[in-house]
Formats: sequence, structure tokens, C-alpha cells
Amino acid sequence: MTRNLITPVQNTWCPGCGNFSIQHTLKDILTDMEKEGRSLDDVVLVSGIGCHAKIADYLNINTVYTLHGRTIPVATGLKLANPDLTVICCAGDGDAYAEGLDHLIFAAKRNIDLTMIVHNNRVYGLTTGQYTPTSPLGFKGKSTPSGTAEYPFNPLELMLASGATYIARGYTRKMSQLGQLIRQGIAHKGFAFIDVLQICASFFNMTEYYQSHVYDLAGHDTRDFGKACTRAREWDYNLDAPIALGTFYEQVLPTFDERLPVWHHILQDERMNRVRDLFEAAK
Amino acid sequence: MTELSVLVGGRAGDGISNAGAMIAQLFNHMGYFVYMYTDYPSLIRGGHNYALVRAADRPVGACNNHVDYLVALNQETVALHLPQCPDCTVVANEDMVKSLPRGQAVPVNAILKEEAAPPITGNSAMIGAFAKAAGIPWEIVEKVFHRHMQKAADENLRVAKRAYTLVQTFRPIPLLSGPARSLLSGNEAIGLGLAAGGLDTYIAYPMTPSSTLLHFLAGNAEQLGIRVIHPENEIAVILMGLGSAIAGAKTAVGTSGGGFCLMTEGLSFAGMAEIPIVIVVSQRTGPSTGLPTYTGQADLRLVLHAGQGEFPRLVAAPADPGEVYLWSTAALRLAWKYQIPAFILVDKTLSEGSYSVDPDRLPDLQISEPALWDGQGTYRRYLDAPKGGISPLAFTGRKNATVKINSYAHDEDGITTEEAALVAKMADKRARKGEELREELNRLPCISTGGKKDAPVALLCWGSVGNACGEVATDLDLRVIRPVVLSPFPDRQFADACAGVERLIAVEENATGQLVSLVKEYGRNLDDTILKYDGRPFSPEELKRRVQEVLTL
Repeated sequence: MTRNLITPVQNTWCPGCGNFSIQHTLKDILTDMEKEGRSLDDVVLVSGIGCHAKIADYLNINTVYTLHGRTIPVATGLKLANPDLTVICCAGDGDAYAEGLDHLIFAAKRNIDLTMIVHNNRVYGLTTGQYTPTSPLGFKGKSTPSGTAEYPFNPLELMLASGATYIARGYTRKMSQLGQLIRQGIAHKGFAFIDVLQICASFFNMTEYYQSHVYDLAGHDTRDFGKACTRAREWDYNLDAPIALGTFYEQVLPTFDERLPVWHHILQDERMNRVRDLFEAAK
Repeated sequence: MTELSVLVGGRAGDGISNAGAMIAQLFNHMGYFVYMYTDYPSLIRGGHNYALVRAADRPVGACNNHVDYLVALNQETVALHLPQCPDCTVVANEDMVKSLPRGQAVPVNAILKEEAAPPITGNSAMIGAFAKAAGIPWEIVEKVFHRHMQKAADENLRVAKRAYTLVQTFRPIPLLSGPARSLLSGNEAIGLGLAAGGLDTYIAYPMTPSSTLLHFLAGNAEQLGIRVIHPENEIAVILMGLGSAIAGAKTAVGTSGGGFCLMTEGLSFAGMAEIPIVIVVSQRTGPSTGLPTYTGQADLRLVLHAGQGEFPRLVAAPADPGEVYLWSTAALRLAWKYQIPAFILVDKTLSEGSYSVDPDRLPDLQISEPALWDGQGTYRRYLDAPKGGISPLAFTGRKNATVKINSYAHDEDGITTEEAALVAKMADKRARKGEELREELNRLPCISTGGKKDAPVALLCWGSVGNACGEVATDLDLRVIRPVVLSPFPDRQFADACAGVERLIAVEENATGQLVSLVKEYGRNLDDTILKYDGRPFSPEELKRRVQEVLTL
């Protein structure tokens, strides 16, 4: 039985918002998964808090609409408790790179098997326009009217340094490539990180800039860590430079749950015997 | 009444806690009830540590300052503790204690040399010496070493035997007829209780005094079939725990005050999204970093009110490992039945102290399994069920269920809403779970009473302080009233327990009387308060003196 993947909930994203592209890309991927005979009962989308996160209300699949910055620990708990789940995180740049940065680094470090899609519009939209960790130096937002005094960081470089085993960058106006990257991310066994450049139609509309700067990574060896670093550093999210799109790095390594001690579920009666054994051993 | 106390003192890193535990087991196998308190600073090596073991012919859960036997592993132990116990029997490590006013010196280095034994076995010489000084039969020493020495029991026994032969019996301890009981710390009892309740996963970041629970469960993970995870911080701990529970794994987390502060946003998420989770909070002296290795009861209000918004929660504060075991099992089951956060609130005294437990005397509180979704129709995660607002549970991954969990105000499907009437209806639904829980708690022993049960003067206390209160009350013919459950507050049982009380004296290890203000909300004023907030637990001696002072006012 195929399901209607879009809920009847009224959509409140601004016209022209990049979130629509990500939503429809995910919807297409989910539709294809169903066609391939995969049950969507085993898929869960975990969102943070922010404009992007409304996707949890809009997609008719299992969701956990969590807290700001906390997609990854919730997703990690889900995956550890039920390894059969396909876990997809949708987080904003404020979520992933500010409030929950520690979790992002640890997810990469652990190589937990989930897909992290960062809706990176480089501005806080839902709180009506403040800078984020990837806003360019001097960004004038409501909290920094005279411009930010700090450089953005480069999330791709950070993920390379942290041990992520799939690292890609997409762009919401290149939907077919975006679809491909997310599909690869989901298929990848391990921590898949996809930074998605999206414009914020209301507070940071970068459409023209991105249109003139993006290019597809072609002939790039995704197994070469050194080359991935070089490519990732080409654009620092601040100065004028060509912006590569595509898969930067890919590596197959054991995942967190594979490396953890094998967990043997024990029936409660047997477990009570073992509890009694431990009481006995304490005599 | 037979009772005696032993103090083992040395430097941090000398294995004081292990030596104390072995001595506690010697008493255990002589038929005594035992309690062991360890006092140590927050450092790994060098500072003064001691273990105080108290053995009696009745259950004990507190130590006095009085010491009958002093086992000194260094000079500082003699200097600090000998003046406090002018009549105690002393055995001391001759190599470390150069000035010994009285007592028997044990040539530990010489013994080790003769046995060609490694320095780590040195404490066995001191245990052997103590055993002889206290007239403990050698068979009991042998039995305890074989049961409880992790490694090289025979080698340690040879070392112990040499010291045993050298030392004179000074004050023999009578053998009692009681059976050997389980000696458990509060944290071990939490681990066993959670396992008995069906725990699948335990997640924690190390923080004294909760860390030994993490160590205990990690060390027994395979045997108990529990997965143990140590993530990057307490924020990750609780959110991983919630993710785990959403997917159906019965999960608990553990921490102390500072770590719990980081968990509060996740706690509120659990309240709103109706995710079952057990949170173990073991109190230490605050505020802030405070005294990491000392005790306190200053986080009751924190645990009762933490988290933005209003939602039901269970808070149980047991007093000893037997009660801890029961309420840990109960907390896990109640958390799942009502889809709420449930707390086990303990403190350093209870978490790290060792107590005699008779596992055959632990009843099961009989809490039924959670209501699971029957698979009929369309699944609605937050269905406003008529019975207490408890929605049938389905876990993420369940066939034919779309499970939508939400931290925002949401409708019965889990879709975000800002509609006024719906927001209020769903708040009522959550509140009804609290009322339903309150009803169920009415049939459980939420208030413990002790001492002379019809006495007109009663001590009111909570948590580990109940043990010292129990002793003092028995001694002075007073009643003890001790709420075990603090949320939802068992007001009916509390009123029953207070029947006939003319004078109510609160005893708490905090500076503001947090239970005092709580019971005031339920219409009961306290006549007197006895507070202690120096990080050390009440000894029955000290408490008795302070109660007597209050009674003569």
C-alpha cells in the first residue's frame, strides 16, 4: 500500500524557500523506496527546531520533531535501539553548527549510521534574521546590526577533520543532483553528511551569488582524503570563490553500532536469574 | 545490642575502599548486618581516605564517630583518628606508621618479602592482622578471601595468614547466628532494580557520585543483557535516551546535580512528547561543583521543578538499597506505563555506601505492563484515551504505524498546533496521566513509617537520612515519617502517617528545609528543623544530640 507522503497540514514556508526543494527531493526518494518494496515504516525523519524542521509536520512518515540542536543524539538513540531503522536527520545550520555542534562532531567521530541533511541558509529565519556559524564576516543581522565580528567556519572541513565517512554539498536549485547526493547518503553505511546550500527568500537571498559560483565536482577522487580537503577549502563560506557541489569524500569504515559490543537481548526470566546471581555474589 | 565499628584509613590510592569492603564481608559472614561509609576527597592519589565499617545485630545504615578498631595504613590515620577513639584496638602498618602510641605494628614489607608477594597484597596483611586482633576465626577469613578477592586469593591469603599469626587477639568479636546477606551499594541496587524492571539501555556521562552505577552496569552489561553508552555530555545522554525509548528500548540515564542541569531541556521534551525515561540523580554537596565526593540533599526542589512548562513526573527517594531496588524497578515500570519521566533521587551516602540486603525479603510492587497499540486502524501517537489520558504506545518502526513525536504543542496525531482549545485539551490529557499515577501510587508504600509508630513526636525526613533517623527514633521513642515518593506527593498517605503527631521535627541535609516547604504546601507545618549541610551525613550520635537539644526547647 502506498501512502500519501504529504500531510494535509498547511505549509507556512515563505514562497521561494529552499526548504520546498529538500521536501520534494525527500518525497521523491521515499516514493522510490516504496516502489522498490521498502517499507516506510522503517524510516524515521528527525528534525531540529527552525524553519526547516516544519518538514516533520509536512511529511507523512515517522518523525521526531526534537529540540534545537538535538537531532543527532535522538537519531543515535533511535538507531541503536532499532538498527533496522533508516534514520534521516534534517537540521538547520543554527541547529547543526551552533546549538548542537558537539553532537555533529561526535556523530562523525562515531560513524553512526545515519544521514544528516543540513538546511544551510546561513541565517536564522524563524527568529527573523540573525547570523549563524556559516554567515560571512560582517553579516548584518538583527543581533549584529553593525556586522558580525567573526569568520564563518567551513562545515565540510570540520566534518573531514571529525571522521565523517560521507561528505557532500548540494544546492536547492540543483534538485536532481541534490536527490542523488541524499540517495547516496542514505545508501552509505555510516555517518553521511550533506551540507545543502539553500537560500532564505526573506532574510538572506543568495540566489544570484550561488547561481554564478557553483560548479559540479567532476573527475574528483572521493576516496582521496587530501584532495577532499583541498576541494573543501576552495570556498571558505566567506570570500569570493568557486563553490563545488557533489560528493567530496567517501570511505567505508565500521559503524558505531558495529563496533559496540554485541548486544544480546535476554528474556526477563533469565535476566532475573542473573540478577539473583549478582545478589548472591554480593554475599 | 551488639555493635562495633572499624575505621580503615590511608592515602588515596591505598585501596581503602576495597580493604573496608573485605572487612565488611568478614562481619557479614559472622552474621552481622553491616554498613560501610567511605570518606575521600576528590583526587586520585595522596589525600586522606577512610572507610568506616559498622556491624550490628540489627539493620544499620549510618555510622557513628565512635570507633572500636582502627586499621592504620599511614601515619595520618593515627594522627587524625586515634585521639577520637581512646579505647580502640589498633593495628598499623609498621612501615608507614613510624610513631604509634599504642596498638600492634604489622611488618607489612617484611611479610611481603617473605612471601615474595607484590605490594598490592599488602592490605591483605592488614586485613589478616585486624581479623586476628578482633578474634575472627581463620575459616571466615579464608571464605571471604575466596569469595571476594578478585585476583590471587591464595597469594593474598598467605600474606594475610602471616600477619594473622603475628598479631595478638585483643578484643574478640562474638559470632552471631544470622546468615550472610548481600552487601550492596545504593548504585548497585539501582542497577539491579532497573534490570529487574526490564532495562534495555543505560546511558550516562561520568559524574560522582553516580559514576559507580555506570561502572556497575557497564561491567555487567553482557550478563544482564543491557547496552551501556557513554556519550559526549549530559545533553546527549538524555536525548539519546529519549531516542532510544521512542524506538522501544527501556532506557535510563544517570547523573548528579550539575549534569542534571544540562538534562533539563531534554526532561521537558520527555514531558511534552510523553517519552518514558528513568533519570537517576545522585546528589552531592552543591551549589555548582561543590564538594564532588560528599553528600547532600539540596536538589529535591531542583528535581521536582526542573524543566520548562508543567508535566507529571515521578520522583522516588528511597533510603537504603532494598528500597532502592524496589523503587528502581517500579520507577522504570511506572515511567513506561504513564509515558513520563521518572526519577530515582539518591545521594552520595546511599550511592556509595554499602548495606546489608536480604534479597529474599524484597517484595515486588506489582506494576502492570504499558498499554501497547493493538494495531487496529490508524495509529495516533497522542490519542486522548479516556483512561487517564494514556495513549496506546507504538514504537518507531512498528508495522503500519506512523509515529509522530513532537516537542511542540501538538494534536493527537503529533502534528504541531497553536490552536487554543487543542493546546488546553492536550495539556489536560497530560495532567490526567499525573492524576492516574497518583491513584495507582495510593496502593503502594509511598510513605515509610518507623520508630515508635504511635509516638506524638515524629521526625520527618527523606532519603538516606532515614537510616540515622530510624536509629535515633528507636532510641528516643519517637516516630519516623519518611515520604519515599515526593512527586506526585502522596498527601493522603502522609496525612494518615501524621495522625496523632503533636510535634513534627524535620531532619534534612540541606540549608533551607526543602521537604519542610513541600509538606507545607500540603497543609502541614513543621515545629522544628534540624539541618546539616557540611557534606557529611548525620551520624546517629550527632543527630540524637541535636534532637535532644530540640526536645528540651
